[in-house]
Amino acid sequence: MSNFDFEIIGRSLGYLFFEGMRFTLTLTFLAAIGGVILGTGLAIIRLSGGRVLSAVAAGYVNLVRALPLVLVIFWFYFLVPYLGQWLTGSSRPIHVGGFASALITFIVFEAAYFSEIMRAGIASIPRGQAAAGLALGLTPLQSMRYVILPQVFRIMLPVLLTQTIVLFQDTSLVYVLSITDFLGAASKIAQRDGRLVEMYSFAALVYFIVSFAASRGVQRLRALIAVPR
Amino acid sequence: MHRHQGRAVGYNWNWGIFWEQSPEGNGTYLDMLVQGLGTTLLTAALAWIIALVVGSAVGVLRTLPGRTAPLLASAWIELFRNMPLLVQLFLWYFVFPDLLPTPWAIWLKQLPNASFVTAVIGIGFFMSARVAVQISSGIEALPLGQRAAATALGLTSAQTYRYVLLPMAFRIILPPLTSELLNTIKNTSVALTIGLAELTARARAVQEFSFQVFEAFTAATLAYLAINLIATLAARWLESRVRVPGYGKA
Repeated sequence: MSNFDFEIIGRSLGYLFFEGMRFTLTLTFLAAIGGVILGTGLAIIRLSGGRVLSAVAAGYVNLVRALPLVLVIFWFYFLVPYLGQWLTGSSRPIHVGGFASALITFIVFEAAYFSEIMRAGIASIPRGQAAAGLALGLTPLQSMRYVILPQVFRIMLPVLLTQTIVLFQDTSLVYVLSITDFLGAASKIAQRDGRLVEMYSFAALVYFIVSFAASRGVQRLRALIAVPR
Repeated sequence: MHRHQGRAVGYNWNWGIFWEQSPEGNGTYLDMLVQGLGTTLLTAALAWIIALVVGSAVGVLRTLPGRTAPLLASAWIELFRNMPLLVQLFLWYFVFPDLLPTPWAIWLKQLPNASFVTAVIGIGFFMSARVAVQISSGIEALPLGQRAAATALGLTSAQTYRYVLLPMAFRIILPPLTSELLNTIKNTSVALTIGLAELTARARAVQEFSFQVFEAFTAATLAYLAINLIATLAARWLESRVRVPGYGKA
């Protein structure tokens, strides 16, 4: 502990943030958007699809939520090349980069969690509103799109953002694929220079500051948009 | 995989792989996975005990009157909630020993099962923050009159928690606690990064030895689903066992 080397952190800041953190934030942002879109689709199918479709959607959500993210990351890392081969009709498994593989994994994984949030949100809107939409001559999808969902997103925004903070922390697990996300970058320098204590402490501090500040922000937002009842 | 066109290079399935000897020389590939499952369950069980004990204490602190206790509890919760579990495990495994006096650090690093001990403590504390949030919101969900009634009966603060508030709070939060237990089990897989030979790590090892990646992962997936199902059914049984007659279910 006596020889804690601050300089190693200073020298690697560029690599840590421009390589590592940029990857982490891009992955978080794209996976959150993809996950919310896919999750909303799953929630709608579950609530208003036919029997078979909603059972399939429910099965998917429950399956994904029962599995550890690490296992799902491995699943997709090995599965995506074969899926690509099947989709493109190519003669051998296609090569998929680390970023694409990670992005697909996180969208598919987080969609299950976002879908539960959206499902709770949709269920919280009084049924009369959907009925009113239909009475106005909207199709069920239009009523969902223009009447229900805008309210759901507003009510559920804090929960969706909190889940995104969890997602931000979860992206550190791409470490298992030796990808250079923020933790991966810290780990590579830590191992190259034998500075595990410095790099992992610094990584922990950065994750803490970002997550703590973000969750404080969500709390303020929650107070700001709370509907007085 | 799905279409067998001519010379397409596909995946060669071999479900018999589980009964073949593993190159580790002490059993079949199936044995590897079963050992991994055992490690997963043992690690999760011990981590869950830590999470419940520490989480209950912190959760109670958070609901005490005054400022200091709730502040300390909130600090604990924020600390363990705002760092990824993987980073926390690295802190326990690589950083924590360096903060100790040298002889202790050496002893700690030379523990034969250091990754197991680290996983139990790291996951236990990580989950304790989540349990604490559930406990304190369970206590806060109780009508204020319960605390007042206990005080009026002459119970001390400790007795109020022990005999009035906690028994009801635990019942209220049984469903969310169940999902935290399932999270604990799933989170043990993160400990493969510090070398714990749990289920996902063993499935990965089967894949590396035999190249039968999808069989190995399917087996692990089915095991996790079975754990989930059993835990969910057990929790449902427990909920009905401990239900207080006449106390409306929320």
